[in-house]
Amino acid sequence: MTDSAMVLAEGDLHFPPGIESFNFRDWFTGLSETGLANVFTTLTFAVWLSVAVIIVFFLWAYRKPQIVPTKRQWLAESAYGFIRNSVSVDLLGKKAGVRFAPYFATLFLFILVTNMWAIVPGIQISPNSHIGFPLVLGLMSWVIYVYVGVKKHGFLGYLRATCIPAGTPVFIYPVVIPIEFLQNLILRPVTLALRLFANMFAGHLILLVFFLGGFQLLNSENIFIQSMSVFSFAMGIAITAFELIVIVLQAYVFTLLTAMYVQSSLADEH
Amino acid sequence: MIQAAEGGTAILFPIWQEMVVGAVAFGLLLFVLMKFVFPRMEKTFEARVDAIEGGIERAERAQEEANQTLEEYRRKLATAQEEAAAIRDEARADAVAAKEEILVSAREEANRIIAAGHSQIEASRQQLVRELRGEVGNLAVDLAGKIIGQRLAGDADTTATVDQFLAQIADETAETSGAR
Repeated sequence: MTDSAMVLAEGDLHFPPGIESFNFRDWFTGLSETGLANVFTTLTFAVWLSVAVIIVFFLWAYRKPQIVPTKRQWLAESAYGFIRNSVSVDLLGKKAGVRFAPYFATLFLFILVTNMWAIVPGIQISPNSHIGFPLVLGLMSWVIYVYVGVKKHGFLGYLRATCIPAGTPVFIYPVVIPIEFLQNLILRPVTLALRLFANMFAGHLILLVFFLGGFQLLNSENIFIQSMSVFSFAMGIAITAFELIVIVLQAYVFTLLTAMYVQSSLADEH
Repeated sequence: MIQAAEGGTAILFPIWQEMVVGAVAFGLLLFVLMKFVFPRMEKTFEARVDAIEGGIERAERAQEEANQTLEEYRRKLATAQEEAAAIRDEARADAVAAKEEILVSAREEANRIIAAGHSQIEASRQQLVRELRGEVGNLAVDLAGKIIGQRLAGDADTTATVDQFLAQIADETAETSGAR
């Protein structure tokens, strides 16, 4: 591994960790000055690996689907069925729910697996702790819910439906319209991306604090301070378990909010 | 590298190469899952629903068939019972009729026999009476001739007397037989 987190873990960088801990060297140093900078890093590798893992698992698990599922088929079906039934169909109804379920399920799986690298030993950082990846997903959500809304209501109809809540008195239009416009058409993808990014960023930072702190204590001259590093490492392990919850929850929240935005675009009344 | 040089807010600015990589990777995942995996899952779900509903339907059909068969058997049984009852009734009626007929013919036969007997007896009696009348007359004449003597034989008066006497007897006999 060539990422700086691992280098830090080896003890030749200073404590406390800062944002420089999130920078990754290009694997091929010759590319750094070209347009391919940042294309081959640990983070992009993790993204490709995530996609590969998901594709391979699903193609393998669903090679020969049967009415009475095998264990791995059941697992694959549950992953899809969970998003399909308790998010998509629940929010959008049977018809639209089934139509959008594949996108939501893919979104959920992609975020879940890319998040998971935050606690995989050897990598221990999620690609989503760089704003670029969550931003792509947020923009995708934006494109989808705006497209769905425009298709259903027409361009002006959608603007009207999304900017003017039903039953608003005319005299507060000047206040409501800018707020709703900003909130529903500008901030939604940004908040989606920022929420995911900030959670993964903070999670990585906290893990760094405890693990690097442990090494820092260990490097001390004092035997008493050195023994304290045990607590730091224990705390790091506990935070890792906590991270697992955050990873799943953030994937779910991102998917759920996207589904809710699509629902609001499909709704007759805002 | 780049971010470190730009200071604290740099983390909020996306690296465009990463956005491209993210978009391409996510797009690939979308393509594969939405083309090869999820539609097949939906098909499996449908097949599963079909299998379950089909099973229920088949069971319902079998149940209905069984009900129909049962109904048919019941109907057949009822018909058979009705038929048996009808046959029994008919037999009973036949037996009664036969008995009546036999009785009637027997009675008729008996009456006929009785009547025949009566007439035969009557005829025999008449015949006897006729025969007796002639014989008694002759006997009486013979007897009287022997008693009175042979001189009187052939006298016309005597013959008339005998006839008168015999008629008297016949009347009496007729009266007695009528009284009997």
